[in-house]
Order: sequence, then structure tokens, then C-alpha cells
Amino acid sequence: MRTYLDFEKPIAELDNKLADMRRLAEESTIDVSAATAALESGIAKLRQEIFDNLTRWQRVQLSRHPDRPYTYEYIQLMCDEFIELHGDRQVRDDPAMIGGFANLNGQGIMIIGQQKGRNTKQRQHRNFGMPNPEGYRKALRLMKLAEKFNKPIITLIDTPGAFPGLEAEERGQGEAIARNLKEMFMLKVPVICIVIGEGASGGALGIAIGDRVMMLENTWYSVISPENCSTILWRSWDYKEQAADAMKLTARDMKANKLIDEIVPEPLGGAHLDHVGMAAILKGVILDHLGQLSQLSPEERINQRIDKFCDMGVVVE
Amino acid sequence: MSWFIRKEKGINTPTEMKREAPDGLWYQCPNCKKIMQTREHKMNAYTCEHCNYHEKVGSEAYFEILFDHNKFTELDASLTSADPLNFKDTKAYPDRIRSTMEKTGLKDAVRTGYGRMNDLEIVIACMDFNFIGGSMGSVVGEKIARAIDHALKNRQPFLMISRSGGARMMEAGFSLMQMAKTSAKLALLSEAGIPYISLLTDPTTGGVTASYAMLGDFNISEPEALIGFAGPRVIRETIGKDLPKGFQSAEFVLEHGFLDFIVDRKDLKDKLTSLLKMIQ
Repeated sequence: MRTYLDFEKPIAELDNKLADMRRLAEESTIDVSAATAALESGIAKLRQEIFDNLTRWQRVQLSRHPDRPYTYEYIQLMCDEFIELHGDRQVRDDPAMIGGFANLNGQGIMIIGQQKGRNTKQRQHRNFGMPNPEGYRKALRLMKLAEKFNKPIITLIDTPGAFPGLEAEERGQGEAIARNLKEMFMLKVPVICIVIGEGASGGALGIAIGDRVMMLENTWYSVISPENCSTILWRSWDYKEQAADAMKLTARDMKANKLIDEIVPEPLGGAHLDHVGMAAILKGVILDHLGQLSQLSPEERINQRIDKFCDMGVVVE
Repeated sequence: MSWFIRKEKGINTPTEMKREAPDGLWYQCPNCKKIMQTREHKMNAYTCEHCNYHEKVGSEAYFEILFDHNKFTELDASLTSADPLNFKDTKAYPDRIRSTMEKTGLKDAVRTGYGRMNDLEIVIACMDFNFIGGSMGSVVGEKIARAIDHALKNRQPFLMISRSGGARMMEAGFSLMQMAKTSAKLALLSEAGIPYISLLTDPTTGGVTASYAMLGDFNISEPEALIGFAGPRVIRETIGKDLPKGFQSAEFVLEHGFLDFIVDRKDLKDKLTSLLKMIQ
């Protein structure tokens, strides 16, 4: 069963009608091909219309769609081989952050990302994609490994935030993220970061310092989730839509404000409708940028990476 | 209620006859409630002589404590916030900035400057919590970045005094990227072999902890300062339990290995000087 979001309800109705029509056709000899074709094009048109006019909050909802591809799916769909590597060598392995060497079009790469779960058990195991400090330290360990063997790094960002727990604090959540930010600036190999779902605050940024930072079309990336922003500034959960608008957290907004480099288009209706298509688009984009970045020397990449982030911010002199 | 009955009516002492009793002569410690002279409290680096409570102070006090004879050159003093997102919650962001400026006399949540500390040249950036919770937006990030540039150019040690609730929501994505910007500059400072001391004061949380505050060659703090990534309320809600006593205190953070030492504010200047001289 597909999951429909609130604003997709009109599509759901037509989808059901189409399914009924097809069932009817199977059970009888009536030719409904003309009718189904008309209905299909009607659905496509409706979908186009809805997706052309998405609000920011609707995009936030899409970024969290339970059928959306997660890091593992992208790795499986984009890469020929993947050898997962575990552990931070200090405390434990964090299942909310995964990574390993992979083969992308014959090229060895390191790919790292937050991982969410599909069902209740998996979600708990993956801690809803909220890494502990071990996750960030594992990510850094793998990035250093990639640097050692001169392999480019791809990070996929999809997290509602770094985990705000007791043990996370004890083991230095803040320090772990801070160290990643600093170290990632100095990585000699190309680094490409893509927000594939939710990009919440420091928990996202902790693996998102790259030569290229991109967002899929229906994702968000900001300093806090709209719900939490609403709770703090409006003192109520109910203003999340206003908060989403105020924070300008969509890919389009972030690109307009020069806080990301590029928007990666999603198939019509969102990445969740076409995992294979989405992965193919993303793979193409990654290969394209890897080609560009390989033309630069490590020093050039590092300098450009630093300059890009240092230019971010608007002040009145 | 008429224990005291005024016998003479209409006593009007002329102003010149009134005894002088200036306001603010005494300071009451909010922690132990004991009284001390304001002047002595200030001489004691704004700490209580009875219970060692460290009053929350801002850039003005720290600059006075650390720079010799309170002499320093302020950097980028005129930098103020723009409103890149046209942000409005219950109040428009520019209005919030304006009223906070009027209330505090500050331009934003950090001040930066250079001068001498026990004759040693040093660059200091100090946050002011009373400016929108010491939140980090573009101005805070940019001023810190430029202060680090100054330290780099002149090869002077850099001291960052943090006191902040984290990134500023009203600049959303821009605020988030200040974490990256300041970390980039610190990476350069580190490569250049210039010392960076991070002093985390009460409270230091959120995006500030997750960037420059935790990146010192030396991470130090004051007694009982609250230091964390997530705030106590958020953690309590996440785990659904009360937090253990002393959780996220400087002492707790030291015990878990994320601080080098805790220093009383009145010893801060001399201890930092000794440390910097040792590694010179």
C-alpha cells in the first residue's frame, strides 16, 4: 500500500479509480483502455499541478515520506559493490550512521550517510537516523581512510538531528560534530555532500562540509526543524508551517541564498515514487561533479571549500 | 500597622541636606544570598567571596579582567545584523535586533578585540548572552572569523569566550553555516600552529558547542558552568526521565574528558598567561 500525504489525497482518489477500472477490465470484456489512458493523463496533470505549487511545509512532509529512498537504497541502486565498514574504534558501532567503500562506475569511492529505518523495529535500531557521537566519529574515521587511499567521499544526509540523549552528551556530541567540521575542511580528496531527506542542524552539517553541497528537490536543510522552531519562537507546535516559511529551508531557498551549490531534481511526484529513477539522476550528478573536482589539485579544492563557506552570511558593515 | 507614628507632619529636607547613599553599593550573591561590597565583588572578578559563585558577565567585564589596564583595540565594532530571510515570528527580526540593541547597548552577541594580557599580545572574542541569548547569526560568525584572521596575520594567540544558547533561528540556514565558517578559520589557525584557547562559560550549548567552543587546543571552563550540545529540557523530554544532579556541569564535562581544566575567574588571567608562555 502506498502512503499518501494529506495534499496527495486528490491523487489517491484518482489512483483508486484507475485501479478499480483496471480490475473491472480484467473481470469483463469491456475495453477500458481509452478511459484508463485518459485517467492516467489526468493523474499526471493533477500531480504536476500539485507539485508545481508545493508549499515549504509540504516539501518538509515529502522529505520525511516513509517510502522515500534512504541511504542504503541509494548505495544499492547507484553502486556496483559496497563493503560496509563498522565502528568508531572507541565506543561502539552506530547503526544511525553507515558507510564503507563502494564501486561507482568502476571508480572506488567512500560513501557515508545517516540511515533511517522502514518499520518500527528498524527505526529503533537506526535510532530514527539520529546519530550518537560514535556515528560522527565513525564517519570521520572512514573519511580519513578514504583520504589515505586517495578515494573521493560522498555523504548522504538524512537526519532529524544529532541524538539529544544522556549518553550522547557524556560522550561529547558537540565535540564530535565540531571536530568533523574542522577536519572535513582539510580533506585532500574530493567531498560531495547531498541532502537526500532531512537536513537538521548540526547533526546534518557534521557530515556536510564539501566541495559540492547539494539538496534533492523535496528536502529541507536548516538550523532547526520547523516544529522545534515553532515551539521555541511561537511557544506552540501549531506554527510549524509559518516556521517553515520563515526559515526558508527548502532546496530552492537554500540555493537562492547561496548556502548550497545545486538542486538535484526528483522524478515527478517525489523520489518515493521512483527509487530507481531517482538513484539514476543522483548517480549522474555525482559522476559529473566528481569529474569536475578531479581536475583540481587538493590545495585548490581545500581553498575553494574554505572560501565558499567563509563567504556565507549577510552583515551590515 | 501604625507602629511608627509620624509626630511631625510635612518634613521636607532640602536636597542639599540629604545624606549621600549611592545605589549599587552592595551586591547580594544570587546563590548564597550573602552581601558584599560591589567594589569588592568587581575586584574579585565578579565572583562571590563567600561561595565562589561566578556571576554571569559579558564582554565588557571579561575585557576589563583580561586586557592590561582595560586597554584594547576593538575589531569590527560597527558590524550589525541584516535580515536576509525577512524573518518574522511574533516579532519582526529587525525590530527584535533594534530593541535588543537599545536595551543592551550592544551591536550583537559577540565583541572582538586585541591587546595585551600580562604583556602578552592576544586576540580575544567574547560573547554577550544578553543579546538574544548569545545566539550565533551572521554577525557573530563573521566577527569571530575576522578575529581569527587577525590572529593569523599577526601570529597572536586567540582566546574565545563562549556563552550562548546556540545558533540564531532568525537567520536559519545562514546561522547554521557560521558553524562551518568559524570551524574553517580555526582549521587554518591550527595549521599555522597558533594557540587557540576556548573558554566555555555558563551556559554554552547547541551549535556553539558543536563548533568553535569545542575546538580549542585547550578547552577550559569556569566552575559549575552548563555545557552541552542539547539543552537539559530537550534531553529530559527525549529520555523521559529527570537528569542526574550535576549533569552537563563543567565538572561533569571535565570528568568525561572534554575539558582541560576548570579555572576560577579571578585566576583566569594569570593561568592563561602561564600556559601561553609555556608553549611560546
